[in-house]
Amino acid sequence: MNAVGNPTAPVYGIAAEFQSARDLYRAAEKIRDAGFEKWDVFSPFPIHGMDEAMGMRRSLLGKIVFLGGLTGFLTAVTLQFGPSSFLYPLIVAGKPTNLFTVPAFFPIMFELTILVSAFTAVFGMLLMNGLPRLNHALFNWDRFKKVTEDKFFVAIEAQDPKFSEAAVRDLLASLGGTNITAIHGD
Amino acid sequence: MSEAILEEKLTDEEKQVVRPPLVLNQRTMGWISSYISSIIEGKTPLWWWISMGVTVPMTLMCLAMLAYLIATGVGVWGNNHPVGWAWDITNFVFWIGIGHAGTLISAILFLTRQKWRTSINRAAEAMTLFAVVCAGIYPALHVGRVWMAWFLAPVPNANGIWQNFRSPLLWDVFAVSTYFTVSVLFWYTGLIPDLATIRDRCTSKIKKFFYGIAALGWRGGNRQWRHYEKAYLILAGLSTPLVLSVHSVVSFDFATSVIPGWHTTIFPPYFVAGAIFGGFAMVLTIMIPACAIYKPLHDLVTINHVDKMCKVILLTGSIVGYAYLMELFIAWYGANPFERAAFWYRAVGPYWWAYAAMMFCNVVAPQLFWFKYFRTNLLWVWIIVQFPNMGMWFERFVIIATTLARDFTPSAWGMFHPTIVDILTFVGTFGLFTTLFLIFIRFLPMICMFEVKAVLPEADPHHGEAHH
Repeated sequence: MNAVGNPTAPVYGIAAEFQSARDLYRAAEKIRDAGFEKWDVFSPFPIHGMDEAMGMRRSLLGKIVFLGGLTGFLTAVTLQFGPSSFLYPLIVAGKPTNLFTVPAFFPIMFELTILVSAFTAVFGMLLMNGLPRLNHALFNWDRFKKVTEDKFFVAIEAQDPKFSEAAVRDLLASLGGTNITAIHGD
Repeated sequence: MSEAILEEKLTDEEKQVVRPPLVLNQRTMGWISSYISSIIEGKTPLWWWISMGVTVPMTLMCLAMLAYLIATGVGVWGNNHPVGWAWDITNFVFWIGIGHAGTLISAILFLTRQKWRTSINRAAEAMTLFAVVCAGIYPALHVGRVWMAWFLAPVPNANGIWQNFRSPLLWDVFAVSTYFTVSVLFWYTGLIPDLATIRDRCTSKIKKFFYGIAALGWRGGNRQWRHYEKAYLILAGLSTPLVLSVHSVVSFDFATSVIPGWHTTIFPPYFVAGAIFGGFAMVLTIMIPACAIYKPLHDLVTINHVDKMCKVILLTGSIVGYAYLMELFIAWYGANPFERAAFWYRAVGPYWWAYAAMMFCNVVAPQLFWFKYFRTNLLWVWIIVQFPNMGMWFERFVIIATTLARDFTPSAWGMFHPTIVDILTFVGTFGLFTTLFLIFIRFLPMICMFEVKAVLPEADPHHGEAHH
């Protein structure tokens, strides 16, 4: 088995290359059934149904974005009623300054809800993905560069409780993985 | 597996539901990455320098005109009484409308699972951003004393002044700035995996550094993709009502006033349809030449795409035409003499030529798209879409200038004449728009590579298996 990275550094995990989305999908199902927890599959594009193949639940991002949207909405309520009803109530075009003026406040409530939701979606996604980061052990492997082009990879991390070099290597080989490589850190 | 073998196994009924492939000539994933990236990685082509040689001076001219305006005052434009909103607001609405097609393609077609959008969404979204940049110039400078523009932002200040949150002009500030910000976020999110592709391919240290930083360390693991896809779906879901709201809010600037010809409830849907109409025309205006230069792109942006976009233009153009007729009908049926007069002056008043140009360009010319020949011949398509481009500018001019030119009392009537500053600023914004687009083509992948790969047949994890 090949090894990349700094050989004296601890092993990050063992990775293997696959040639198609279909092979990767089947490998993922087998690894899931073997009971591994800390592992991932890598592909140039999102593969439909891979979450189920890996035994993962839905992303929590939707619920977090709801909270972001709520924040935006409440900001708009405060921002508009604060000055217009309390700090500097001013009658413009005969419109009231109390709660009945709310139709005129809808557009900004809507816009700020969308704005804060969008920020939450993007930065929440990055945070949950552990991004941005400047380096990663997997980048030590030259073949891994093809993951953004047309190759598919599986990596099982050394942190996994069921991890043992020999067992993982044999499992990946039995699933049809090629170029099985031990990935060391820097 | 070739399509021929696949189709042989199917019955006649099943064959009818087999769709034509989205990517032609059986291009592989590797080809898609290599070709799209090669546009960025190769030597800067001569045509690019020549184009920049034209558009950069135009941009500088625009900036010089704006500097002249700031230094002298808004009077260097032809705005007067009664035409207080003239070319500036016309151009603002024109540019912001163009942006809408990008968001429609990226968000609404995503939610409705129109997979053909994948090869055009990146360029269309870029077009959105650049159009909104051009649009933003006008209201910002229209305020006159530009250094006071920060009064638009609701921040506590020494004067104790608060914004009037009941004013559609302030809604517009929020709508347009939210639209721009969310469009940038959406666009950048879509770029991350493709920036990672460029990062992994490039050889020079400087490029590696910049693309590496921009790609944020993307690795393409499914644990990343699942949050990524969710975020993309949410952004599409947020952008869909947003894009419909932006032009609605722009139309509120007119519709909530008491000016005859503006004070109508038809404005929001009519503005949104017009924006999509004009925007798709602009997408085709820039995509057809781009694909003519990079010929293999025809395998990704196929004639089928052009055909579909022409159909969208035909549909939205017909909605716009219906709105024009309905406006006239309501003006007559409403029996308000001022409303009737406003539309009478539009059609036969001193600006009749603008009204006629609008009618011809927006309603008559796109009817050619009923014929498949005109939808699938690239030269014809490019010529015909210039009519919506012009027509949508005339539409805004008709709505704004001709309405204001005939005030309530004849003693207040007046005409609008653009000054040379008006004209050069407007011409200059086209330079700015094109310059930004050329920079985009040169430095960023103009086709969303990972999404195109995902619509290839082999991207399906059950590809080649029997139907269940």
